[in-house]
Amino acid sequence: MTIPVLELKDVTKTYAIRQGIFRPPATLTAVGGVSLTVARGEVHALVGESGSGKSTLARMLLGLIAPTSGEIRIDGVPIAMTNRREVARRIQPVFQDPYSSLNPRKTVADLIALPLVAHRIGSAKDRQKRVAAMLDAVGLPRRMIDAYPGQMSGGQRQRVAIARALVMQPDVLICDEPTSALDVSVQAQILNLLMDLKREFGLTYFFISHNLAVVEHLADRVAVMYLGRIVEERSREALFERASHPYSKALLDCVLTPDPTLGMPDAAITGAFPNPIAPPPGCTFHPRCPRATDHCRVAAPPPVPLADGFATCHLAT
Amino acid sequence: MPLLDVDHLTIDIPTEGGLLHAVNDVSFTLERGETLAIVGESGSGKSLTSLALMDLLPSKAIRRARSLRFDGIDLQAASERDKENLRGDRMAMIFQEPMTSLNPAYTIGDQLAEALRRHRKVDRKTARDRAVHLLERVGITAAASRLGQYPHQLSGGLRQRVMIAMGLMCEPDLIIADEPTTALDVTIQAQILKLLRDLQQEFGMALILVTHDLGVVARVATKVAVMYAGRLVETGPVEAVFGAPSHPYTRGLLRAIPVPGRTRPGEPLGTIPGQVPSLVGPLSGCSFRNRCDHAQDACASEIPDRTVTPGHRMACILDPVQTWAEAPALALDDRRPQ
Amino acid sequence: MTSVSASGAAPLDDVPLRRSPLARMAKRALRHPGFMAGTVVLAVLLLCSLAAPLITAYDPYAQDISRRLLPPVWQAKGTWEHWLGTDKLGRDYFARLLYGGRISLLIGVATVLVSGTIGTALGVAAGFFGGRVDLVIGYIINVRLALPVVLVALAAAALVGSSLNTVIIVLGLLLWDRFAVVARSATQQIAGADFVAAARSIGCSTRLIVLSEVLPNILNPLIVIATLEMAHAILLEAALSFLGLGVQPPLPSWGLMIAEGKQFMFFSPWVITVPGVALVALVLAINLLGDGLRDVTAPENRS
Repeated sequence: MTIPVLELKDVTKTYAIRQGIFRPPATLTAVGGVSLTVARGEVHALVGESGSGKSTLARMLLGLIAPTSGEIRIDGVPIAMTNRREVARRIQPVFQDPYSSLNPRKTVADLIALPLVAHRIGSAKDRQKRVAAMLDAVGLPRRMIDAYPGQMSGGQRQRVAIARALVMQPDVLICDEPTSALDVSVQAQILNLLMDLKREFGLTYFFISHNLAVVEHLADRVAVMYLGRIVEERSREALFERASHPYSKALLDCVLTPDPTLGMPDAAITGAFPNPIAPPPGCTFHPRCPRATDHCRVAAPPPVPLADGFATCHLAT
Repeated sequence: MPLLDVDHLTIDIPTEGGLLHAVNDVSFTLERGETLAIVGESGSGKSLTSLALMDLLPSKAIRRARSLRFDGIDLQAASERDKENLRGDRMAMIFQEPMTSLNPAYTIGDQLAEALRRHRKVDRKTARDRAVHLLERVGITAAASRLGQYPHQLSGGLRQRVMIAMGLMCEPDLIIADEPTTALDVTIQAQILKLLRDLQQEFGMALILVTHDLGVVARVATKVAVMYAGRLVETGPVEAVFGAPSHPYTRGLLRAIPVPGRTRPGEPLGTIPGQVPSLVGPLSGCSFRNRCDHAQDACASEIPDRTVTPGHRMACILDPVQTWAEAPALALDDRRPQ
Repeated sequence: MTSVSASGAAPLDDVPLRRSPLARMAKRALRHPGFMAGTVVLAVLLLCSLAAPLITAYDPYAQDISRRLLPPVWQAKGTWEHWLGTDKLGRDYFARLLYGGRISLLIGVATVLVSGTIGTALGVAAGFFGGRVDLVIGYIINVRLALPVVLVALAAAALVGSSLNTVIIVLGLLLWDRFAVVARSATQQIAGADFVAAARSIGCSTRLIVLSEVLPNILNPLIVIATLEMAHAILLEAALSFLGLGVQPPLPSWGLMIAEGKQFMFFSPWVITVPGVALVALVLAINLLGDGLRDVTAPENRS
């Protein structure tokens, strides 16, 4: 069996939240016991609502914060045993908002070359060549090399961010909602570009999104996150055709395809996200679950293995 | 007489570089009970169009129209006082970001009551009762206890519900919702949209929904107006526009979004090459022609407003019949999600 | 206002990019009357001071007891020989004014260099690292704010002995508080930006992040503060010299000139009005420049 490029074992991140001077601090479990494997060359999507812990997980993968417990391995080597610069060579981020992810004071050339500068790679001339090659790869005209982000459109900025992520030739890109700040037609261009680059450079994507239509379009595997835990992890086909977890099903129901004959879906789940400091007992989804039983209210479900993945639900089959 | 009659609405904004033609000759009508979705990308003028109806444009913007009538009232001739009486009473607006449109210094209850008491002579008790009733109606549990809460104590979804309740306080005839669900999660989005549509039908209001999300448009609207670079390029009943998208821009938009069950995973999505043209300075002809596959010399001259089918119009020199044939199979056939 | 923001976008291929931020800033600067007035006045004062030997042939230290307190040219007994007159020791007033400008500008620039370095370092550290670092630096800032500048400067000058260097060092050590406060809040904003997270995940060292990501983005407000503090320092120097604990004679400082002239001011008011007007013009010019800079650079930060 080949070693997965990215492997998460029981990764947990908790924060102590102060609730006043006299009360003891509460524990907020942002990410709780996440185990995932990402095979080389696949697009692994992570979906979930805001507050589900997606971004915390992404920040741990990028080495920006350390897990409270558990282990993240890159090519079988634990991140904790690798220094941050080495992690940075292998895993690079593409952020959601290209307006805030690019330093407004730098030119395109300086932005894309920053990883090379940080890692002291190549001479000034080599760097310039690689920057030019990257501009070609992401489809930006070379005359933009001296432009500032303020002179570019959102789509162009996101291309610069992608070029910056790729200039070190990493194995994995962590894409955190890379198109949700962009216009529809620009989103399509960036998604197409990401697919092309994946083929060209043999990349692996860890793709965080709340847009299931986009996920369906480019993911190979999908993990659904709720309140810091993976509630279902399946191949794309399995999830979109026969999702097991009620939460995954609800998310799928909420995908609004542009079909005027369908009308609004019936919201299968009601209520709002629970307070993550005091999560419900048992299955954390039970207060919103249309199928919850008494058992769900007291016992936390274990992951149930399914063909093509698992679902963390007592009712999964 | 339609509830809302917008005829050749034009909005210009003076900028350093010259006059910015943000909205050009936009016309539509709206009846009670109808939902019009104004759809477009950033810079299309969709938000400005909706703000112009409420007279909430930035002060330097110049609004002109051949006619701008709400229930027979000429909005251009109306006094400031008349417009203030209309706003919040017969026309209500729901913004994208409820946190910035609710006043953080007042409780939910105060703000809801204020909306009613400004326009109607009612006592506190009546206003409060109506607030509780509407909060319950928009799906907020323990409504009475929420009245004493401040906006920051509520989640984004709850705040947006409060905004909707506030808009409904005076039973308006028209609600304008500018990207009401863009900042919300998908499950909350579905709940809010369904709520808006149910309430609209229940109260017989007209609803204008400004959005960039074609999925939302298709599911909620009865009529759709596609805007591009300040112009209305295609408008009509939602089934007609989605079933036979005739303007090349509408088709480009519909091809650009992945749709589970229709687009094949991994295949390139349709794109619209190029960028929106600058709207500063004199404009002529079709503003989409620099990005259009079908652009011809004639596109540089005045573009006629053409009827595709009754009620379905578009601004393109291409023959509707010809564009029908070229329209990709959309939504109404093949693999529909179960 | 989506419609306005995106409208500047032009077709990718046939229209050049929007003008660079620098070019747009220059255009705004040229249209800003306060900025332009301040720049012109400051440039004239700067040039005159630097080129003093070329402008006047007189030695500012050369005394001529026979020609004491000559009035300037616009008064009854004035001559073009000493067109701004002479002081109580018969030194040419114009020459002293020009050389005194050097002292004022030197004190302004040097003080700001010292205080700007201290304040920026403290502020950036507090804003970037937060937590305990922020707490300690916040405490230091509070202590500094509790010190009355003039009194401390007077005490220090009295203890160490007053000289040009003492004035610069004492003022430099006292005037950093605004730099620290502004740098701290600006850094806090920048430190939360995605591009700082991006730089971290790229593998940039903390030093590189502070130098290349944070500092360039907080420079604008700091430059504005620098101009205002420069004016402040020049005024404080004049005050200290006036009180006799600043620059020491025979150096030609404007504050000292006013102090030396105060005994004659009832019969020869120009001995204090001439350096006084020069001082006001310089400080006003610097403040106009600073305010202008804030207006000129601010829109860039917002976009």
